[in-house]
Amino acid sequence: MSWTSRLRRALPRPSRGRLLAGSAVLVLVAGLTGWAVWPERAAWTAQDAMITVLSGPDRNENVSLDTRLYLPRDRSGRVPAVLLAHGFGGTKESVSDDAESLAGRGYAVLTYTAQGFGRSGGQIHLNSPDHEIRDAQGLLDWLAARPEIQTDGAGDPRVGVVGGSYGGALALMLAGQDQRVDAIVPSITWNDLTNVFLPQSADTSATGVFKKGWAGVFFGNGGAVPSEGALAAGGAGAPPAGVTIDPACGRFAADVCAAYLDVATTGNPEQKTLDLLRRSSPASVVERIKSPTLLIQGAVDTLFPLSEGDANARSIAATGTPVRVAWFTGGHDGGAGPQTDQDRVRALTAQWLDHYVKGAGDAPSGSFTYSRVAGFSALDRGLVTNGYSTGTYPGLSGTGSTRVELAGPAQPIANPPNGNPGAISSLPGTGGQLSTLLAGVAADIPGQYARFESRPVGSAIDLAGSPTVRLRAASPTGEATLFVKLYDVDQAGAPTLTAGLVAPVRLTGLPASIDDAPERTVRLPAIVRRIEAGHTVRVVVATTDQAFLSPEQPATYTVQVAPALELPTVVGTPIANPQTVWRYVLAGLLAAIVVGLVVLLLVRRRRMRRHETPTRPEYAGTPLVVSGLRKAYADGFVAVEEISFTVERGQVVGLLGPNGAGKTTTLRVLMGLTMPTAGEALVFGHRLVPGAPVLSRVGALVEGPGFLPHLTGLENLHAYWKATGRPWADARFDEALEIAGLGDSVHRRTKKYSHGMRQRLAIAQAMLGLPELLVLDEPTDGLDPPQIAEMRRVLKRYATDGRAVLVSSHLLAEVEQTCTHAVVVNKGRIVASGPVEDIVGDSPSVQLEVSDVPAAERVLDELGVRSVLPDGASGLIVDMNGTPRSEVVASLVRAGVGVDRVVPRRRLEDAFLALVGDNSRGSGDR
Amino acid sequence: MSVSTDSGAVGYRPSRTMPIWAEVRRQASRRRTQLALGFMALLPLIVLAAFEFGGGEDEESGGAFDSLVDLATSGGLNFALFCLAVSAGFLLVVVVALFCGDTVASEASWGSLRYLLAVPVPRARLLAVKLIVALGYSAVALLVLTGVALIAGTLRYGWHPLGSTVAAEIAPGPGLLRLFAIVGYLAVSMLVVAGLAFLLGVLTDAPLGAVGGAVMLWILSSILDQITALGDIRYLLPTHFSDAWMGLLSTPAQSDDLVKGAISAVAYATLCWGLAFWRFTRKDITS
Repeated sequence: MSWTSRLRRALPRPSRGRLLAGSAVLVLVAGLTGWAVWPERAAWTAQDAMITVLSGPDRNENVSLDTRLYLPRDRSGRVPAVLLAHGFGGTKESVSDDAESLAGRGYAVLTYTAQGFGRSGGQIHLNSPDHEIRDAQGLLDWLAARPEIQTDGAGDPRVGVVGGSYGGALALMLAGQDQRVDAIVPSITWNDLTNVFLPQSADTSATGVFKKGWAGVFFGNGGAVPSEGALAAGGAGAPPAGVTIDPACGRFAADVCAAYLDVATTGNPEQKTLDLLRRSSPASVVERIKSPTLLIQGAVDTLFPLSEGDANARSIAATGTPVRVAWFTGGHDGGAGPQTDQDRVRALTAQWLDHYVKGAGDAPSGSFTYSRVAGFSALDRGLVTNGYSTGTYPGLSGTGSTRVELAGPAQPIANPPNGNPGAISSLPGTGGQLSTLLAGVAADIPGQYARFESRPVGSAIDLAGSPTVRLRAASPTGEATLFVKLYDVDQAGAPTLTAGLVAPVRLTGLPASIDDAPERTVRLPAIVRRIEAGHTVRVVVATTDQAFLSPEQPATYTVQVAPALELPTVVGTPIANPQTVWRYVLAGLLAAIVVGLVVLLLVRRRRMRRHETPTRPEYAGTPLVVSGLRKAYADGFVAVEEISFTVERGQVVGLLGPNGAGKTTTLRVLMGLTMPTAGEALVFGHRLVPGAPVLSRVGALVEGPGFLPHLTGLENLHAYWKATGRPWADARFDEALEIAGLGDSVHRRTKKYSHGMRQRLAIAQAMLGLPELLVLDEPTDGLDPPQIAEMRRVLKRYATDGRAVLVSSHLLAEVEQTCTHAVVVNKGRIVASGPVEDIVGDSPSVQLEVSDVPAAERVLDELGVRSVLPDGASGLIVDMNGTPRSEVVASLVRAGVGVDRVVPRRRLEDAFLALVGDNSRGSGDR
Repeated sequence: MSVSTDSGAVGYRPSRTMPIWAEVRRQASRRRTQLALGFMALLPLIVLAAFEFGGGEDEESGGAFDSLVDLATSGGLNFALFCLAVSAGFLLVVVVALFCGDTVASEASWGSLRYLLAVPVPRARLLAVKLIVALGYSAVALLVLTGVALIAGTLRYGWHPLGSTVAAEIAPGPGLLRLFAIVGYLAVSMLVVAGLAFLLGVLTDAPLGAVGGAVMLWILSSILDQITALGDIRYLLPTHFSDAWMGLLSTPAQSDDLVKGAISAVAYATLCWGLAFWRFTRKDITS
């Protein structure tokens, strides 16, 4: 076989089925790739414009704003609008995802860069009613003038205002200042900046503690001088040409800058600064809001904690304006939160705008939704939260409360100079590192904190809201800056500070002795957490926190926390997790597989019953009838052209042919291993198909033995018989073993067997159960002469009592001596068949060995024989043409030619040699 | 299948051929089965010995996995969890691929497959029995590993709550249930390997090719899964959800990814087995 044909056979043959399957896979891959890379056709169009608005207290300052208007592509008539404001330090680009999503829902969305940021002109006035809010009013005018925008009256567009953080405060303040706003969705924003930057958690009027960490981040975002690269790039983040930037104040307006420098220097601001912060807060206008408000606040937010959203909600609701509140697990520290929270917030926003702006859909309920951390996602290490809802917004005091008793003596704690080293609770401005925050970066400095701990709680507490605790403190200076924190401590003693939130407290007028100190109520930051049964609750009072400004002067305070800790609780109804749909998918898949399997089995059984292997009763008594058998492979190679023969009971039939004549392929078909291309084989009248039960009446040795190498010969026979599932007694192991003649070797592993031993064991295996038809492929291969002789006797004996044997061989002598009948095949066709005696019987030719070949040839010619062929140096093959052998010998002797040997030849040999002699290589591998 | 029993030899019934128990014994007698199962029993003991000699001076910490190492010696449940975690990525894959990929391919390479088919064992029945037994041995391997680790760990480190740094400790009773749930999920996720290996084992006569091929495909899928740039396409990778069992450590247990992982594994396994049956019941046996 040449290497090309080897290669061709090694490679898959290009059959029709393969071509079909290949092209199907190709089409599938191409389709998936195409689907993945196909650019999605946006459902909106966008248009950039610089819009100049009149701003300032006297409406005489021209401010140019960088805007982009998104319009739904498929709109009929005028559409409602959404003014979408960005967060501090962002531009119109920061909200493009939300804008596209809203535009896809059929809103005209106007995004813009607030003045003092990006390419817009002006300065940062920190949502001043005279500047930023007035800008937004100018944009409402502009929207009202657009022909695409739906209006409620002249100059009054149908518009909702949506924004987060800086943009959220803008939404609130715009709605408070301008009655044209139809609905607002402010998120993670503030109520009062003085409370934000100077928080005070105790019930005292003393100024709070400066939140220096966040203030620095806030100021840095607006004050930063843009880098050369950003200027050169001229992107949306680059300020307009001609804007000069003061290195101290950046793009902040002078009054805002001065206020920051004032508060950041001392932590004790002037009234002017406090007034500015108040003016920049929704608190100043929130009672005037008439637009239905959806307030979204983050539970992982140390900048604008839940209490800011709560203040907004209470103020707006007090006027009778519809308000809905939602909390999510995210915020300025936690980012957008887990996907489930993002989906919930998006759905709430869409529902709110659809009803109050577009006028579509039912009125949203006033229910309150929130989420609680359930654990970590194993795959992306992100947080997983569960959503809950309650009928109404409970505020920060919960719908119930649980009292936990704390224990701990009054403890002295030291305030280091300048608050350094300081405890860590949160990392302002890093954002999005939810898991880090919840895993607890919190660290307290020894000597700087006092600890008050509860006993393990008996049952889980569903905490939601602001816990309250009573605190007494004494200070030699009369003042104390303290940070109160609530830790959830698990059984292993690991404390967790939820969301890194702390309650800063500044107390004044304190006595020097703890005994004289008054009790102050401290509202701890609002959190959502389940405190598991067996956990303890720990309240820590510390003197420092890196996120806040602590006093410069060192001092040692004494603190005592009262035993009673009130934990507000809310028991919400779990919101169905949309992910649970996958459970139904899984159940459906399993059900489909089971149903598919059952259907498949039923169909199979029915088909088998209908197409029960065809029976030909006329051959029921005939062990084997092969008719018109043909096997062509997919690559066009024809192993068997056409073979027909019959094996009757009592016969030992030899299938004789050179290597590659098609013998083995024929036997493979007889074993049901290969499907014939045409023709059929009938065993006792049953057509042979793979797995046909009638095969159980056939014993076989095809293409050499196949044994489990690690088992002994006997174990192999046992294993084989077990696989047949037939009664043990039917196997007749003793008789089979006797035939194998392996003696004690049957107890050795077959991998140690010689080729001949394996062959004998394989014949024994084929004879197990004494099958009525025995098919043996080259049975004497590897056997020594005595064993061959024994095998011949065994096979002859086997074919008595109605059994039959089919033996294939390429050895003439074997067939001649073993078989009663012979079928001679070559190149896939039968060339001779019949009883061996008939074929073997004297042939007309004789082989002579003579002393003088030329003389002999002359003599033979005179005798009139048909042909004379030289055979070796002194041999001749003579076709006698009817002349008796005795006369030939006599003639030769008379002519003086010495005759050494006279060997009569037989037909079978003639036939066989005629085939093999021409082409002893056979006709290929079959 | 009571079809045409009359045409067979006396006592022959297609539904009685290749009894499951015979196949169990057939595989049990093989050295590779004994070695694989033996190693699963030995691994926890080796890990235990390593912890004893190592002293545990490792100061590395970080992801959820490192925390598992730290916690491994805190009790029998955590030790078993650790043994499962270190095996899940590769060892279990190899063992399952070995049991499922080698079962048909080795019969083909020995030449005994054609004699089984000539018995005749119906082809679908042969595959079904082989598959069931291979899956059974895979399950036994997983259980042996867990069982030995649990017993050895409990004897050495005691019966303590199941801890992890991602969530609260879980009391020993529920912790044991969680551990069994993890074992269950690992078993389901290994169905992908079982499917791939079995399909390759039917397509090739080389046992090594089937086992190695399945392991290599698994590794390839794991590598692709690391490339986050592939985005949502990674959800289609058979290994994407292989770590989802960690969700069972948090309280309450995170089951969403487990469900998706189970869908993925069952779908892939069904596809592979379907192809294997489709192919095997039609092809010419040439071994």
